[in-house]
Amino acid sequence: MQSKIGRKVAVLGLCSAGAILLGYVESLIPVLFFVPGMKLGLANLAIVLTLYFFGLGSAAVVQLVRIVVVGFLFGNLFSIAFSLAGGFFSLAVMCLAKRYGGFTVYGVSVAGGVSHNIGQIFVAAFLVENVKIVYYLPVLLLSGLVTGLLIGLVSDETMRRLGAVVRKI
Amino acid sequence: MNGRHVPGRKIGRTYVKRLNRRDIALIILVLIAALAGFILEFTRTGRGAQLQISVNGEVLGVYDLNMNQTIEIGDGNVCRIEDGTAWMEWADCPDQLCVHHAHISRVNETVVCLPNRVTLTVIGGEEDGEIDTIVSELHVQQFIRDAAISAAA
Repeated sequence: MQSKIGRKVAVLGLCSAGAILLGYVESLIPVLFFVPGMKLGLANLAIVLTLYFFGLGSAAVVQLVRIVVVGFLFGNLFSIAFSLAGGFFSLAVMCLAKRYGGFTVYGVSVAGGVSHNIGQIFVAAFLVENVKIVYYLPVLLLSGLVTGLLIGLVSDETMRRLGAVVRKI
Repeated sequence: MNGRHVPGRKIGRTYVKRLNRRDIALIILVLIAALAGFILEFTRTGRGAQLQISVNGEVLGVYDLNMNQTIEIGDGNVCRIEDGTAWMEWADCPDQLCVHHAHISRVNETVVCLPNRVTLTVIGGEEDGEIDTIVSELHVQQFIRDAAISAAA
């Protein structure tokens, strides 16, 4: 008989691995975006799914593990701090949107994508002490919207197909 | 999957149906905010005249955008100015985002190299719109004066 906590550790490990892998896949895609802070946010797919399947605590753990591991693999302490700000701001917004906003997974994912981009641009503006980067906010709003919708769509499809399986864990 | 799902023509409509009113409201809100931002920026800024290079928030120098030149910023970055546009030609940072960034020429457009804390920002000088209005006002005054003179004569 497997223990419940053991199962959860295993499943969250799987989610973290998925998030890290998605982050790596994203880094392989050549730069399509010409604005600081703009990105596809594939890793957010794993975070959205973890949030929906296992709740905020689990999603926060997966987010932390992902950022630290990806940071040590491909970045430095500086980029870790940068990602933490955007990542946890977007997670907080998604959790609030899910709990109190009355959105579907599409709305939650859009809120996450947009807030991630906003969070990062403000941290960037603060770090380089150049407020003018906020000039790119409209572009980032649009990109967050589009990627958020795409991530929402994939999350929705995944939940429709895997929901029954995951609920047994 | 669930019987109602018909692949093909209807697929777009079924996806839209999955959104609730609040989702759509959020999407429209983001679109309006982005559009307002675009309009605000494009009506208020024109082509810039100078490039300001900063490191860690401190201004390193201001360069003429109409003078073709290559500027070394410390050991980590090289910036190129050509024909009124500027871009980061080389950087030693791992992500190379600043090098891939689109070339900049409009006021307030900025290239950031976050790892090196370097920013390139296009700044003012003469903004096209203002000059045009000043010129046309002068023309109008000139025209009125000429008309008055010819009427007096």
